[in-house]
Amino acid sequence: MMAKSNGKKLLEVSGLTMDFGGLRAVDSVGLDIFEGEIVALIGPNGAGKTTFFNCVTGIYEPTAGEVLIHPPGGTSKRINGMKPNSITTLGMARTFQNIRLFPAMTVLENVMIGRHCRTSTTILDAILSSRKAAREEKETIDKSYRLLEKVGLANEADEFSRNLSYGAQRRLEIARAMATDPFLLLLDEPAAGMNPQETHDLDELIVRIRKEDKLAILLIEHDMKLVMSISDRIYVMEYGKEIAQGTPREIKENPRVIEAYLGEEAHA
Amino acid sequence: MANMKRSLGIGLWFMFLTLPLMVVRVNTINQEIEWRWSNMIWVGICAFAIAWLWQFSINRRANQRAHVAADAHPEVEKLSFAQRLADDPVLSKRVLLVAAAAAVVFPWLVSTGQNFYHVNVMVSALIFVVLGLGLNITVGLAGLLDLGYIAFFAVGAYTYALLSKNFDLGFWTCLPLGGLMGMLFGIVLGFPILRLRGDYLAIVTLGFASITKIVLENWDTVFGGAAGIANIPRPEFFGMALDGRQKSVYTYYIVLALVALTILVTNRLKNSRIGRAWMALREDEIACVAMGVDMARTKLSAYALGAFWAGLVGVIFAAHNNFINPDSFTFMDSAMILAMVVLGGMGSILGVIIAALALKLLPEYLRAFAEYRMLVFGGVMVLMMIFRPQGLINNMRRKYECDTVEGNHDGEK
Ligand SMILES: Nc1ncnc2c1ncn2[C@@H]1O[C@H](COP(=O)(O)OP(=O)(O)OP(=O)(O)O)[C@@H](O)[C@H]1O
Ligand SMILES: [Mg+2]
Repeated sequence: MMAKSNGKKLLEVSGLTMDFGGLRAVDSVGLDIFEGEIVALIGPNGAGKTTFFNCVTGIYEPTAGEVLIHPPGGTSKRINGMKPNSITTLGMARTFQNIRLFPAMTVLENVMIGRHCRTSTTILDAILSSRKAAREEKETIDKSYRLLEKVGLANEADEFSRNLSYGAQRRLEIARAMATDPFLLLLDEPAAGMNPQETHDLDELIVRIRKEDKLAILLIEHDMKLVMSISDRIYVMEYGKEIAQGTPREIKENPRVIEAYLGEEAHA
Repeated sequence: MANMKRSLGIGLWFMFLTLPLMVVRVNTINQEIEWRWSNMIWVGICAFAIAWLWQFSINRRANQRAHVAADAHPEVEKLSFAQRLADDPVLSKRVLLVAAAAAVVFPWLVSTGQNFYHVNVMVSALIFVVLGLGLNITVGLAGLLDLGYIAFFAVGAYTYALLSKNFDLGFWTCLPLGGLMGMLFGIVLGFPILRLRGDYLAIVTLGFASITKIVLENWDTVFGGAAGIANIPRPEFFGMALDGRQKSVYTYYIVLALVALTILVTNRLKNSRIGRAWMALREDEIACVAMGVDMARTKLSAYALGAFWAGLVGVIFAAHNNFINPDSFTFMDSAMILAMVVLGGMGSILGVIIAALALKLLPEYLRAFAEYRMLVFGGVMVLMMIFRPQGLINNMRRKYECDTVEGNHDGEK
């Protein structure tokens, strides 16, 4: 079984390093993602996975290293040091490990925010209620509603997002990220706090997103069953360093990984 | 019963606490001490009654909440009046029409001949409605604390005063200029504080207002110093001469029109891409930028548009008063406008209007109670914060119409 590395490269990270004072949270990590792939990033708590995400999406400015993106149909770009909103506009969207929704906005409005960078209604358009503003507003509502249907939250569209269950909030974060029309979706522990049924549904959702929306997905996850079943390739981090990469089977059999992380789970 | 016991305890405690104040009195003329024991009884009874009522109402509220929580169907949850109003376009249109009609005939109902006190009071109140709605953009929608909002109001007022004094420009020319000046200052203030949050934002905006006031007070060759600028012309009316009452009524209609414009514009902004970005910024800054919203642009627009209304209405204020000096632009006024936004419910247009009217009109008409008026006013504010900490109108949900494949989703449930 070969990794699907024949497609076009979308994201190319090399030597990414992030220091917090004296702590090196990410230590020259490299990672590539190709078109249509689902790639998992795993590792024990505190390995630096979320920090890696934050560097790639512009929340932190990395201490060293290169982050290049190659948008399909666009020109390649070096994005380290860019503002998060510019990176999202270029086509990478993310979710958060500790859910960060807009609690006092409705579920639909949360998704509509994702459309912000794909619409261009100006203040003047909005004040004059121009035809363009009305058309864009309608498009925004319809697209957002479609996304809610896709993640199974259409019936809760008018609820406050804070009133949703934990699992539903995670799915809403995915819908919100997808509303930005990304070519690469970064999911930080999307199954955390979900029960087995919800995890199973999530598994299906991710696979469906890849198929229907032609997205590549980079996913941080602790749920090994989920990781092994859906990912094409896996990167393993420990103490900020990358210790292994390969297909799920290779990772399962890698003694270094078993020792560092999988342990009993791999034999179960 | 536990209720009774606690109230009794509180009553006794108050009797003890107020002993030196209410019971003991030194009569300095006869050189003797009076013991007014009957006062103590009264304090005890009053404290007991208030404590009991207090706990009773708190318990009732808790019961109601438990009732709502136990309810299996959240849809039948009682909707607030404001929410029902917003959900029903026919009803809200009617209410709006009635309110507009009342506002239009108001000056003719309350003013006769030489008595137009009520019209003037209303003009001041409506000026604060516009200020409240303007600050509502910055604080209520975008969540950016601004303790120096009154500075933009001063900018507008002085713009008109100076332009009319030095260049003989008329009211109608200066009105938009005042707004633009306010906006400019909003951007000037906005730039350095893009990265600040919370406490720091409070300090910088407060400092900005203080600096503005100090400049106005001390640069007397330009701004007239503490004495201010007098003889500011009233709004002109096609060159016709108006008497005192007519001038007030005319100004009233100008402010009223401005209030209507502010409501229209803020409402459209609020329900647009721009307004949603403001709200998202208020809710979670990091998530907001991670979803592709440009933080700098969004914050600057919130400051600029908030300041715009203050500048605009500042021109009207200067024209209405004939006279301005730095004392009209104190921190107390900034705090008052902020209180309107918070009491009204962050981001709620209707709530802010009600709160602004209440906060301006109550102290004015409570003058009859002389020195007690601030006490009553304070009491009302405290009660408000206890019983409606999120403001008069909050938790408003906007429902959107979407065409779906299976038809309207509202009908499904
Ligand atoms: N903003 C920060 N400032 C200082 N240290 C940080 C910061 N963010 C993360 N760290 C540290 O960096 C290390 C890596 O943290 P990170 O959150 O990336 O781990 P993780 O792999 O996502 O773990 P988990 O599986 O628990 O989510 C930890 O030691 C953490 O304490
Ligand atoms: Mg993490």
